Amino acid sequence: MKIHEYQAKAILAKYGVPVPRGEVAFNATEAGDIARRLGGSIVVVKAQIHAGGRGKGGGVKLAKSPDEAEAIARQMIGMTLVTHQTGPEGRVVGRVLIEEGLQMERELYLSIVLDRSAGKPVIMASAAGGMDIEEVAAATPEKIHKVHIEPGVGFVPFQARQLGFAMGLAGAQVNKLVKLVGSLYDAFVATDAAMVEINPLVVTAAGDLLALDAKVNFDDNALYRHQDIRDLRDLGEEDPLEIEASKFSLNYIHLDGNIGCMVNGAGLAMATMDIIKLAGGEPANFLDVGGGANAEQIRNAFKILMSDKNVKAVLINIFGGILRCDVLAQGVIAAVKELGVPVPIVIRMEGTNVEEGKRLLRESGMNFATADSMGEAATKVVELAG
Amino acid sequence: MAVLIDKNTRLIVQGLTGREGTFHAKAAAAYGTNVVGGVTPGKGGTTHEGWPVFNTVQEAVEKAGANASVIFVPPPFAADAIMESADAGLPLVVCITEGIPTLDMMRATTFLTSHPKTRLIGPNCPGVISAGLGKAGIIPGHICREGSIGIVSKSGTLTYEAIHQLSRLGLGQTTCIGIGGDPLIGTSHIDALKLFADDPATEAVIMIGEIGGSAEEEAAAWIKENFKKPVVAFIAGQTAPPGRRMGHAGAIISGGSGAASDKMAALTAAGVTVVKSPADMGTAMKQLLGK
Repeated sequence: MKIHEYQAKAILAKYGVPVPRGEVAFNATEAGDIARRLGGSIVVVKAQIHAGGRGKGGGVKLAKSPDEAEAIARQMIGMTLVTHQTGPEGRVVGRVLIEEGLQMERELYLSIVLDRSAGKPVIMASAAGGMDIEEVAAATPEKIHKVHIEPGVGFVPFQARQLGFAMGLAGAQVNKLVKLVGSLYDAFVATDAAMVEINPLVVTAAGDLLALDAKVNFDDNALYRHQDIRDLRDLGEEDPLEIEASKFSLNYIHLDGNIGCMVNGAGLAMATMDIIKLAGGEPANFLDVGGGANAEQIRNAFKILMSDKNVKAVLINIFGGILRCDVLAQGVIAAVKELGVPVPIVIRMEGTNVEEGKRLLRESGMNFATADSMGEAATKVVELAG
Repeated sequence: MAVLIDKNTRLIVQGLTGREGTFHAKAAAAYGTNVVGGVTPGKGGTTHEGWPVFNTVQEAVEKAGANASVIFVPPPFAADAIMESADAGLPLVVCITEGIPTLDMMRATTFLTSHPKTRLIGPNCPGVISAGLGKAGIIPGHICREGSIGIVSKSGTLTYEAIHQLSRLGLGQTTCIGIGGDPLIGTSHIDALKLFADDPATEAVIMIGEIGGSAEEEAAAWIKENFKKPVVAFIAGQTAPPGRRMGHAGAIISGGSGAASDKMAALTAAGVTVVKSPADMGTAMKQLLGK
């Protein structure tokens, strides 16, 4: 799960990471009031969307007075911000962060993520902060310094000292970094974060370290034990169909194509998208109905697929292990009868009771196309989608 | 012959008395697996569907001679269940549970490093089946047939697909291992390949990967240096949109993008037969073996 920058900063601050003073505004008047409360001098107005690259897209602006902050906020709230991470359709800005302006000397990079290969969290730091860190990693990997945390031990101060000196920080700042990294790791563990990232971490003219931007992503599997984090979810940032699917516990990702897919299992669902593309078609979605899907889930899945107006044909690819093919067939027939699916449906099913399932489909009097293999199913559905 | 599961396996089910646990214990027994009991804390001393229920794994080892466990307990308690099995000294622990928090799994995998006798398969996996011998997990037995192909896969139903394609072409299997698609898993592609390398009955291997992480690239490097048997590979997610489900900082760690194209290139360079279409796994294997 993703959250906004201002929410991430509030969480990091709670665990002791220094952040600039600031507050979130949902309208221009609030923005002006906050700028006044911050002391009336220079403030930064930052669009809050779940995507990076906001500065280049016009989503981060300096204001020299509270009135100017109000004017900028008026123009920014409601605008569609397009960045390299939003896709061409962009995101509508619903809220802005008003923050004190800072005199900065240096911009650094700091993050903690899980290193899958090592099976441990890794702290990454770089003197090349404020830039797209993926570009830094690709062009100059030597500029990124890494230390692994031993899960049974936790963060140890020398690890941050290594990173601090490697980035060329002076002694006093290294001590501040040690404290800051300790706080960041506390936040990472306490919130079950998948990633905490500060980019840039700035060294101010006064020699302080501050998180000028912050990003925190959470482990979805651990959200059940963090009600406070679940409350931070901003549905305005999510695809409406994906929100609907999540209510039914369906794993759905909305894509651009015209062939709706319904599959059990994430790997088979991805493979089904792959084979549709190989057959010359474009999948409209990724949809995993789960290993133990039942008739109710099939109906819910159809509802989601039919809400996508681009869908011209549907491919159902189910490998019934626990889910029996006859039960699946009954579910599909019932759903189509109830919902009146107006597009062609190709069904490929395999596994337990497959012959009985195929018989039910044949005798339903409905116009299903069936296929005996994934390859045949993909060819048929691409043809039917036109 | 096979790996991990055979006729000497004495399996217990952690979470036997739950719906899933009961269903799959019965299926495993029906497939010929020696299921010797279950563990449900607080229900020790009772019986369930004719099997003895124990309070702890330790007790199941002492009283029923268990040497393998399959875990069907809910996500909040699954990491605990893994560690309990390792503490009891079980050589094989298969965790089917999906949705375990990553930090819980990190504790479990750290715990396992001090219990090197225990091999964990999963979590979030379909488990292990040795054709005709037995199974620990949810892979349907009736699609398998006995033979000489090993399968190692990150995915569940895609594993069934591979088994089905092979069986339909008359190519049977030794053991099929679903290693799971979570960020932290007990047994990697390489670990599974090592088992197949040492198994004389396994003639060739199908390896199924997915986008994300760098396990497939690591396996490719290992295969190139060490693995002499023919391998057919498929990577799911070739058309998945970039950035949708992968953290950016995570991608830096892997030293690559985690993209399917990188994994396929690495495997091809290692001499593996990589198929683009998931429909071609079986036929590619048949061709490779000249059968």
